[in-house]
Amino acid sequence: MQIYLPIAEVSVNAYLLFGIGGIVGVLSGLFGVGGGFLITPLLFFIGIPPSVAVATGANQVVASSISGVLTHLKRKTVDLRMGTVLLGGGLIGSALGIWVFNLLSRLGQIDLIVQLTYVVLLGFIGLLMLQEGIRAVNRARKKGPVAHIKRHQHNWIHKLPFKMKFRTSGLYISVIPPLVSGMFVGVLAAITGVGGGFIMIPVMIYLLGMPTKVVIGTSLFQIIFVSGFTTYMHAVTNKSVDLMLALLLIVGGVLGAQIGARLGTRLKAEQMRILLALMVLIVCGKLALDLLLQPAELYSLSPVGRF
Amino acid sequence: MRRLALLAALLLAPPATAQEEVVSGLSNDSVSITANFDGSDILIYGAVKREQPIPATGLDVIITVEGPSEPVTVRRKSREAGIWVNTASVEIDRAPSFYAVETTGPLDKILYQTEDLRHSISPRQMIRSVGAPNYISDSAAFTDALIRLREKDGLYAIHEGAVTLKAETLFSTQIDLPANLIEGAYRTRIFLMRDRSVIASDETVIDVRKVGLERWLYDLAREQATIYAILALVLASFAGWAASAVFRLIRS
Repeated sequence: MQIYLPIAEVSVNAYLLFGIGGIVGVLSGLFGVGGGFLITPLLFFIGIPPSVAVATGANQVVASSISGVLTHLKRKTVDLRMGTVLLGGGLIGSALGIWVFNLLSRLGQIDLIVQLTYVVLLGFIGLLMLQEGIRAVNRARKKGPVAHIKRHQHNWIHKLPFKMKFRTSGLYISVIPPLVSGMFVGVLAAITGVGGGFIMIPVMIYLLGMPTKVVIGTSLFQIIFVSGFTTYMHAVTNKSVDLMLALLLIVGGVLGAQIGARLGTRLKAEQMRILLALMVLIVCGKLALDLLLQPAELYSLSPVGRF
Repeated sequence: MRRLALLAALLLAPPATAQEEVVSGLSNDSVSITANFDGSDILIYGAVKREQPIPATGLDVIITVEGPSEPVTVRRKSREAGIWVNTASVEIDRAPSFYAVETTGPLDKILYQTEDLRHSISPRQMIRSVGAPNYISDSAAFTDALIRLREKDGLYAIHEGAVTLKAETLFSTQIDLPANLIEGAYRTRIFLMRDRSVIASDETVIDVRKVGLERWLYDLAREQATIYAILALVLASFAGWAASAVFRLIRS
């Protein structure tokens, strides 16, 4: 069934969009990532103009994140207090990031800087997570099911002031580390244009020491607001949100998120971390290949004044 | 005054060269884009009107259909320090969003290059590019790339031999307008060719317009951006909540 999209001004297969929304939704519910990294290139691949793909993708992420977060809320695996602190830091970070972005574009070659940063960062995080996950699995095998990672290590982080209780995560730490991490991810998200779930989740697990189960719900919680804000800005300034496209993606996305969130309960925390690490590495590999291999078509078209 | 006199002279004087004229028609002079729009076929037909016997030289017909023009940026990647990045770009000032040329025979056999320049018939002539930066010496390669990419998407096409001509008088062709059309006035031109030169031409317009839901959404997004943005977010929130509620119902 072909559907004509009023803003993108192309005609596409409705079932295909439904499927893309579904796949991204499953990943979102399972791992707590927004899925912007996947949906934008997929939409671009089926002929949707990039600016419309980015803006409309953000709208779909809002829907699947809400769908996923509601399931996690029922299960009490969302740390609302931590989510709010991270979000606060994130908003300050995006404002800062936009400033950095403008600075870099004046220097030229912003695309390249963004892609290189992303490849290095994702590769680093992915490898660390994979190594840690495999070690955890091996440990669990040797010592039996009771083994778990030591989370409550006392180090310099615990000496910082402004301590706060994060009951759902079982943490009593200073607000400074989550606020600063939120800011850091916010800066990266604003520069790279991807929501940053990929960076946020490892930060929450390893830097803040949150339990893996709580991390996913909490990440989804703050993604709702970040991508909601992105959708709004795109719709108002670029007028590039396509409601018809969004609707088809959303139907697939919200169902996928439910399936993903339920699949998540069947996985052990360390299995989940290994899967996430593999996904991070796949994305990293794809970006690296784009940079290293000679593209089949050297030329590309875009409307004047937009990327 | 002088200009007016010249205009009057032009209008009143009998056409000295046009011994043949084109009379043409369209099966549809408007296309409505609805939600399930899947492209459209338009029949363009016509006849040659003449007072004298048919000249000995062969007659050919060229028909062009042209979508609204807009500026476009063509970027090129090259290898810098081992990685592929966009290093050069050329802004094309005007390029039609859609362009189809239908003819009775091979374009280079029925059309002189000078005539092509004068009447802008082949796709290359439709593309206006003046501002290539100094450091780019091969700006023609960018125009070629634009044509190649649009041809791949089915937006530019040359169909040689697609126009059927009967008894040197009646002609017709069918234009396939693809599903990914943009809105606007599609200029349709018909050229009568003899001796590789244009001897008569005619022009009409096909009006392509979004209707119904497509029209409403498009206008809302442009004119009431804030309401549209809020609508998008409300819709996303509602769908997210509904899916979670439905799944809970199924489980319990």
